[in-house]
Amino acid sequence: MRYQNATAYRFLAPYLLIFSIFWLWPIISSFLISFQATRTVPWRFAPTFNWGRLIGDPAFFNALKNTLLILVIQVPVMITLAIVMAVLLNSPLLKARGLFRFAFFAPVVVGEVAYSAVFRLMFNLDYGIINKLLNSVGLPRIDWFSNVTPAMAVIMIAVTWRWAGYNAIVLLAGLQSIPQDVYEAATLDRVSKLKQFFYITLPLLKPIIVFCAVLSIIGTMQLFTEPFLITERGGPGGGTETLGLLLYRQGFKSLNFGYASAIAYTMAGLAIAISLMQLWLTRDPK
Amino acid sequence: MSSRSSSRRSSARLGRSIALHLFLTPLALIWLFPLWMMVIFSTMPDRGIFSPSIELLPHGNFLDNVNNLQRDTNFIGAIGISVSVAVTYTFLSVLLTSMAGWALARYQFFGKGVVVAIILGTITLPYAVVLIPQFIMVARDFKLANTWVALIVPPLFNSLGVLFMRQSFSMMPGDLFDAARVEGVKEWRIFLFVALPLARPMLAALAIILFLASWNNYLWPLLINSRPGAMTAPVALGTLIGLTKVSWGGIMAGAVMLTVPMLVVFVLLQRHFVAGIAAGAIK
Repeated sequence: MRYQNATAYRFLAPYLLIFSIFWLWPIISSFLISFQATRTVPWRFAPTFNWGRLIGDPAFFNALKNTLLILVIQVPVMITLAIVMAVLLNSPLLKARGLFRFAFFAPVVVGEVAYSAVFRLMFNLDYGIINKLLNSVGLPRIDWFSNVTPAMAVIMIAVTWRWAGYNAIVLLAGLQSIPQDVYEAATLDRVSKLKQFFYITLPLLKPIIVFCAVLSIIGTMQLFTEPFLITERGGPGGGTETLGLLLYRQGFKSLNFGYASAIAYTMAGLAIAISLMQLWLTRDPK
Repeated sequence: MSSRSSSRRSSARLGRSIALHLFLTPLALIWLFPLWMMVIFSTMPDRGIFSPSIELLPHGNFLDNVNNLQRDTNFIGAIGISVSVAVTYTFLSVLLTSMAGWALARYQFFGKGVVVAIILGTITLPYAVVLIPQFIMVARDFKLANTWVALIVPPLFNSLGVLFMRQSFSMMPGDLFDAARVEGVKEWRIFLFVALPLARPMLAALAIILFLASWNNYLWPLLINSRPGAMTAPVALGTLIGLTKVSWGGIMAGAVMLTVPMLVVFVLLQRHFVAGIAAGAIK
């Protein structure tokens, strides 16, 4: 095929311009800033200033620990739930499919601020509907926001509610791209539905499951709005502080851009590790 | 014999169908519950929200709550900013991503592999990495804080949109475009008047997703447009959450005003919505 460099780049130019200014340069710049002391004027090159602090900062390790804890529990639960939703929504036995789809997909359009407000009220100690319901069935109410474990649970519940349907949409599209004759052949061979799920559906869906998991991990890793708004600035006592929230506080409240950049690059390091794992998990078997 | 086994099979199907609905119905109700509570809270007076009784049905206080919200923060003004920004952003972003998608789908050019690698690479790059320099550049160097440009332009770079449009354009038959070329039609005219009209359903799907992303965007507008009067609606609402002397009924009315229009769009255009989200992942 003939090369059409000039024409192609004319179409790409505005997009690449935006990329260069607002992404490419920041990616480089962020790396450089992480090696500078940024609370002096002018900024000063000090390679170990931020990174040295990071290694010895209990607040950083607290945020890292909380973030990883949310990741390890919330992402697998959500992905499993999304697979269940997708498979059941895809079932030919389902009536009123539109209603069920609406129920699970509706949170996809709800903004983080709006749902954070609702979850805060729902889990309120004295007046929250959740505690009222617990009380009405004879269970003790829970002080959701004053203790770390229940506060973390609220965040995980909220994030799962918000994003499970989104992943289910993606997985459902994947399910519908699996050719039906595979299942027909399996049914003729009297393979049970459950076995079909584990030996046909899951392996064929694996690349999409991994894709969903990677995007969810990277999204959860940067979690900011939920600990900021639902659990009141990462409370109680930093118990729900995440890397995203620590970055916000360091970068934009303390205006410590250098340190915040070091935190950002730690996240990038984690993301690269996770992406490499994705490549390894979805590689073609030799 | 055969009729008996088929009736046994159909009763097994019925049993499975019932089990499916018995499992899914409570799950669906749990999933809708926070949305239902959002609506209920938005119609209740504040003293009703903070009372010991369980309220599961709407009251009549929605307009009072909107008034309280307008008193606490100029929410109507913020909605105006959000709508204008989302509309402008969606238009520009659809144009930019489809131009780029068109180039990647339809031309061979030097550096194509690099461009594709960049776009794929940025999907898994945490946004946190670009956030700080973006802020420094836009606020300090360009002095654009609290402007519309700051809200609209930096988020224009969008990887999934380009991949989606590349996919859409590459599935179109090439003969059509070649025929136009034989007629001597210029490339940008082919793009505008042949390719884009053909891609209308895909453009609709992309536009909905981009509009929603802009409408719900919180962190970037919080950082860059934090002056009262320049805030988008989610940012204005966020400033109230956690304050003590504030109307919670008002906050909930704001949440409803942000959410319900999007839910209506979702119901009306579900097909486009789902296509747009799914297309980001399925390549």
